[in-house]
Amino acid sequence: MQERTNKEWLRDLRGPHREEAIADLRALLVRGLRYSLSQRGHGDINELIEDFVQEALLKILDNLDTFRGESKFITWAQKIAVRVAYSEFRRKRWENISIQDLLPEDSGIDFTPEALRDPDANPEESITQTRIYERVLTLINEELTERQRQALLAVMVGNMPLEEVARRMDTNRNALYKVIYDARKNLKQHLIAEGLTPDRILAAFDGDRR
Amino acid sequence: MIEGKRQPLSSVYVLEQTMKLTVENLKRIVRSIVTTEENEISCEECFHEVDRFAEMELAGKDVAEAMPLVQAHLERCEHCRREYEALLDALKAISV
Repeated sequence: MQERTNKEWLRDLRGPHREEAIADLRALLVRGLRYSLSQRGHGDINELIEDFVQEALLKILDNLDTFRGESKFITWAQKIAVRVAYSEFRRKRWENISIQDLLPEDSGIDFTPEALRDPDANPEESITQTRIYERVLTLINEELTERQRQALLAVMVGNMPLEEVARRMDTNRNALYKVIYDARKNLKQHLIAEGLTPDRILAAFDGDRR
Repeated sequence: MIEGKRQPLSSVYVLEQTMKLTVENLKRIVRSIVTTEENEISCEECFHEVDRFAEMELAGKDVAEAMPLVQAHLERCEHCRREYEALLDALKAISV
């Protein structure tokens, strides 16, 4: 396989040597993805890797004009292949789960301090932490919009990937990030206004790092 | 299931794992709130920059210094971080 500069990749993928360039690119993407996924316990998925790379190649060829040349072309292309694979993993894993499944049944959040006591924290830390949790949960219920609350909990408690939450809320990953960012910022400001500054809160969790 | 035979994750299993409001995810919420910055980049903005970031890291450069917003996003966002780590390995396999 011939080594290519960025310029040569773009020229070949657009020119008369297109088929050869695509075959070379495909081989590189398959090699990279196969190694990477095998390192992560996604073994025995050779057929899927071919599908991922095929889909990635279509995206790459459709988006050649957006390649800004800030990295090597193959790095940019591999990034797209990894994104295709992981998007599919996430979609499959979460396909039968709704946001409502991830949220508490009533409109609020059940708060039971006993259940939330950290067994590893010392008594003093434990009391402070519980107080912080209580305030945060109350603020989440009272100060966020329903959309912010749902998005934040689905991602933070449900661990649902942003793109999956976004799909269910008829938005995109970027816009959803902003929804959650605004929610975090709002909560932070409320906590600061109540004297619970970031330094104080982080200090209450210092024991976690010991 | 795509995720492989070693870790069968049925929907029910995922639900059991995810519905609980545990100390761990409360801590996560609290940390994410108090570490909220004025300047943050989103997942898509991170994706745009991450190829350059990966090459810098593979070249042994101080990425946290050079691209702090990407670094901060990767620390904050578990899904982007996983993808990034997978990208790093893929690049190592093709000797970028």
